[in-house]
Amino acid sequence: MIVFFTLAVTKLNMTYINNIGLYFLMIKEMFRKPTKWSVMKGLILKDIDDLVIGSLGIVAFISFFVGGVITIQTALNITNPLIPRYLVGFATRQSVILEFAPTFTSIIMAGKVGSFITSSIGTMRVTEQIDALEVMGINSLNYLVFPKTVAMMLYPFAIAIGMFLGILGGMAACVYGGYTTLEDYITGVQMDFDGFHMTYSFLKTFVFAFILATIPSFHGYYMKGGALEVGKASTTSFVWTSVVIILLNYILTDMLLG
Amino acid sequence: MIEVKGLHKSFGDAHILKGIDTFFEKGKTSLVIGQSGSGKTVFIKCLLGLFSYEKGTISYDGKIFSELSEDQKRDLRAEIGMVFQGSALFDSMTIQENVMFPLQMFTKMSKSEMEDRADFVLKRVNLDDAHYKMPSEASGGMQKRVAIARAIVNNPKYLFCDEPNSGLDPKTAIVIDNLIQEITDEYNIVTVINSHDMNSVMEIGEKIVFLQYGLKEWEGSKDTIFKTDNKAVTDFVYSSELFKKVRKMYLEEKQ
Ligand SMILES: Nc1ncnc2c1ncn2[C@@H]1O[C@H](COP(=O)(O)OP(=O)(O)O)[C@@H](O)[C@H]1O
Ligand SMILES: [Mg+2]
Repeated sequence: MIVFFTLAVTKLNMTYINNIGLYFLMIKEMFRKPTKWSVMKGLILKDIDDLVIGSLGIVAFISFFVGGVITIQTALNITNPLIPRYLVGFATRQSVILEFAPTFTSIIMAGKVGSFITSSIGTMRVTEQIDALEVMGINSLNYLVFPKTVAMMLYPFAIAIGMFLGILGGMAACVYGGYTTLEDYITGVQMDFDGFHMTYSFLKTFVFAFILATIPSFHGYYMKGGALEVGKASTTSFVWTSVVIILLNYILTDMLLG
Repeated sequence: MIEVKGLHKSFGDAHILKGIDTFFEKGKTSLVIGQSGSGKTVFIKCLLGLFSYEKGTISYDGKIFSELSEDQKRDLRAEIGMVFQGSALFDSMTIQENVMFPLQMFTKMSKSEMEDRADFVLKRVNLDDAHYKMPSEASGGMQKRVAIARAIVNNPKYLFCDEPNSGLDPKTAIVIDNLIQEITDEYNIVTVINSHDMNSVMEIGEKIVFLQYGLKEWEGSKDTIFKTDNKAVTDFVYSSELFKKVRKMYLEEKQ
């Protein structure tokens, strides 16, 4: 029984290890035999449009309202009169810049951008379009994954907008809800600003952008089966992308701030 | 010339190809026939290097495919045209863009030259009014024809077609068959077609390889297939009453 169990676990681990190895091979292969620049340029522009510009709306919407909620929650929980009211602005700024905009938004993007990437590449796999590319002598990983990765390097701009709107949303909630005055909120937002927090935050965002482009691509590219499996692959891809983002967030935070 | 020696391919425990030896010559249309599920698609995908295989060698004009570097493989593949069973058109591109795609990737043609060439091949497959449609807006038969146009647009040296006329009406099927044969003759290329369509066999089978249970059961041409006594072949080829009659008439005529 125990032997059987150990065997099962080992087998499971082997698939994980194999997949991790395959993922890194994919990254390496992605840079080989590049597609003609004239073609690649078009692909990158299209992916910028699909992945980054197409996500601005939802990022803006979520940031603004979550910023507002963070402010309200903080304001409602500060009941001790000894704590200054401007702390509300300070707390909003810190949570939006450090965690909400880079990490929380990226998890949502793992759902939006990630499932889009997995299902579009997965559909190309099941309808033999990837085989068609390979048969033509095209490096399909470079053709499909590289432009998405490059396009996602603009994702930090979306996050910057998210940070700004989050703080703005907090301000709106604060002032309209009558929790603190505008002056207090602004004082809080400007208080003790540490430039390194921005560096940390954008560094994270770049790493997440890379993960958001490559892990969903991996799940789409190496999927097997038919249309039904495309749906399953999107779900698995969302789970793994989120898990990796959360783990890397922990590791990077510990390394850079801890 | 493409040479295949001792090709074995399995998926897990399922042994699909059990040692295939054959060759395909320049300027001839070669047909690989066999029942649905007999491994025709797997065979052609092994030839193209899309599937890895356990044993055997495949060589293109003397170059052993598995010994080429990844980059050499890709250079060789730029000379291959392939028509997939499900057409495999790029669904983010119009029909014209699909056909122009190999030119865009591998030639230095200007846009108007590419358009002219695309027009030319689309005319050859009897499609001259669908340039700006998306593949999803085209019928199955149209998609097949676009796939053929895309496969031949860059003058390949080797042409592979996986069931090129499945899903086509008999008239279009014959047009497609003849087209493939013409192209093969005209450009002196190696053409390998997977088929289970007996019309094609009789029409264009200059060389026929019959696969059954993972083995090459029989090999010949459209002339010898009438005379063969191989039971597996006659069972497969003459499964329809019409072909039984045709064979009888043919053999009587010969006597
Ligand atoms: N990717 C695959 N994984 C596992 N089995 C496969 C795969 N592709 C084909 N097969 C199996 O190989 C056999 C031959 O299939 P195929 O070559 O598609 O037949 P056909 O002659 O109709 O083209 C079938 O039994 C099929 O189930
Ligand atoms: Mg098949």
